[in-house]
Amino acid sequence: MPPAIVNFIAGQVGVQQLVVSGTSTTAQTPPSHPRAAFLVLLIIISFTISAIAQEPADTAAFDLPDERPAPPTSVVVTDFKYDAGNRVDITWVPSIDDQPELTLVDGYTVYRSANGGDYKLLDSLLPGISMYEDEEVTPDSVYTYYVATMSGKDTVQSVVTQEIRPEWELVNFDLAWLFVIAVIISGSIVWFIWRARAGADLFVRKIAGLDAVDEAIGRATEMGRPILFIPGILDMDDVQTIAGLTILGRVAKQIADYDTRIRMPVSRSLVMTAARETIKASYQVAGRPDAYSDDMVSYVTDEQFGYVAAVDGIMVREKPATIFLLGAFFAESLILAETGNSIGAIQIAGTARPAQLPFFIAACDFTLIGEELFAASAYLSGEPKQLGSLKGQDVGKGIAMLAIILGMVAVTMATAFEIDFFQMIADGLNQVFSTKAE
Amino acid sequence: MKRSSLLVLAVVVILFAISWILKANQLSATEENYILEAFLITFAAFLTLSVLSFLYKDNPFYKFAEHLFVGVSAAFWMCLGFWSTLVKNLIPRLSEGLSEFFNEPYMPGDYNFFFWIPVILGILLLMRLSKEHGWIARWPLAFIVGTTAGLNFVRYLRSDFIEQISATFVPLLIEWQGVGHFFSNFNLAIDGQFVMMLSNWVIFVGVMCGLIYFFFSKEHTGVFGTASRVGIWILMITFGASFGYTVMGRISLLVGRLTFLFKDWLGLIS
Repeated sequence: MPPAIVNFIAGQVGVQQLVVSGTSTTAQTPPSHPRAAFLVLLIIISFTISAIAQEPADTAAFDLPDERPAPPTSVVVTDFKYDAGNRVDITWVPSIDDQPELTLVDGYTVYRSANGGDYKLLDSLLPGISMYEDEEVTPDSVYTYYVATMSGKDTVQSVVTQEIRPEWELVNFDLAWLFVIAVIISGSIVWFIWRARAGADLFVRKIAGLDAVDEAIGRATEMGRPILFIPGILDMDDVQTIAGLTILGRVAKQIADYDTRIRMPVSRSLVMTAARETIKASYQVAGRPDAYSDDMVSYVTDEQFGYVAAVDGIMVREKPATIFLLGAFFAESLILAETGNSIGAIQIAGTARPAQLPFFIAACDFTLIGEELFAASAYLSGEPKQLGSLKGQDVGKGIAMLAIILGMVAVTMATAFEIDFFQMIADGLNQVFSTKAE
Repeated sequence: MKRSSLLVLAVVVILFAISWILKANQLSATEENYILEAFLITFAAFLTLSVLSFLYKDNPFYKFAEHLFVGVSAAFWMCLGFWSTLVKNLIPRLSEGLSEFFNEPYMPGDYNFFFWIPVILGILLLMRLSKEHGWIARWPLAFIVGTTAGLNFVRYLRSDFIEQISATFVPLLIEWQGVGHFFSNFNLAIDGQFVMMLSNWVIFVGVMCGLIYFFFSKEHTGVFGTASRVGIWILMITFGASFGYTVMGRISLLVGRLTFLFKDWLGLIS
């Protein structure tokens, strides 16, 4: 028990004793004195119990042995496959003391030695981590590693790993089937392009929204109002933007023929450059290069909703008769389509983003759904290259349908009736249509 | 400017000033820079209301907010592009002197000469400013479009083709022990045999009919046409569900703005 408390209690008892002794001289012990003594006794007992209860904990705190955490075990270094020999992975089993409730392990440190040299610290990691990717290695060196458990300033190191020399692997044979499928589809595209160039009549079914393109451009011409073309908000590294600009080429040619105005605000500088080149080429093909102007395409801003605010402003002020929304769209799709709808424009939209298609379907007159956006340019232009590409993609869809039917039958028969033959087919198909590389 | 317009403008300015004063008074007890803080909150509320005024019709306040937003964001993105792409990523790999000039750590490397390629392509893009050599700008564009198509071909082939096919290898009969057992144990539990089988049937039929709808080499007539119509119905049902889901997300954005107006600006809700 702490001395201060002992003194304090002793003092209290002393006072009470004085009171008791003072009153005892009168030989008339007041009834409250035994109660006071009992109260004092209770206080003493409660202090004693609390002191006893604290003592083991305090003792335990002082008597803790100076434990060091266990080191990580099973430290293994492996070469990362199918790279240029510039990465190795180090994995380990965390220290058995690496448990949140113990707080004994502060983390891990990874050390590396190159070509038998000194070990140098690579990185410090948090507790619970059991892997490190070393991306600063070269194929012409040999490396060894060890991992240490950190506990305060103390570190406990693991055993040193075996030597490793990173290798450069050029071909990932795990993706051989992906390569075969890519070759079949690409080969089909090339073959159909060759057939189209040779004059074969390649059939493409009617695509509803695209028949309205001519009508929409004609309407704008008759009304004397401009045509607004929005190619989405992504850059030239998105295939939807490229598909949108491909359709723009066909639309711009017709606009040049009809001598209508086109207005195209864009949100990316590269799209602006590409769109200008596309429209310029279309005007040249139409024999009207003099009518082209760089002002047809203008950069607004990269900011999504800043762009939307500007396009909405253009819509309500210039009141275009026709609006094309072809490309990659996000949250702005409904804002743009609804504003276009409110000014009474004919709207032809197309995107491959499933989350935005419902808004276009709800607010636009015609919508190109997903794949139709990519097929549109081939349908509109009838060029051999684009038609061949479209037919080649249909070969891919045919392969997909056949594989799905075969896979469904095999999996169903294998699971429902446990027929080994179908299990074998299912395993084979899963292997072919697997993209998981080592 | 018309008198009525001037009157509206004057009213808005007065309301703005009153709001600023009241907000500053409210913040004076807790904020050190309460005058500036009050101005920013009031201005943000003014811009929010200006943008929302577009719901009525196009007006000068919306135009002001629109032009401010476009101008500020365009400048911001230009600065971001310069400082994060050119200064942070390109210059430290190409020039030690320029790295020191921009206070960026120099990053020497064996393959840094590759970074001259985007520099050259960027310069070629700027050639379109020249009337005589503008055609050169088409080369970097062709490079960008070509590499994009090539890289995305493999990516989409894996994610949108191969993985979709393997995900559709689903059994149409689950825990199958005969027709009698199926009907005797029929229930509509979410993890029951019927619901799980129905789910797999919807996946299989939906994917097949959807693929048929997007098949362009054959006229959609007869059985093919029927399957195509089923495909477009399934697509529309999916879009309907997606519509409702996304609209709910947009409502939360509106709630965010209203919370700002009623909590941060007016202080009506705590």
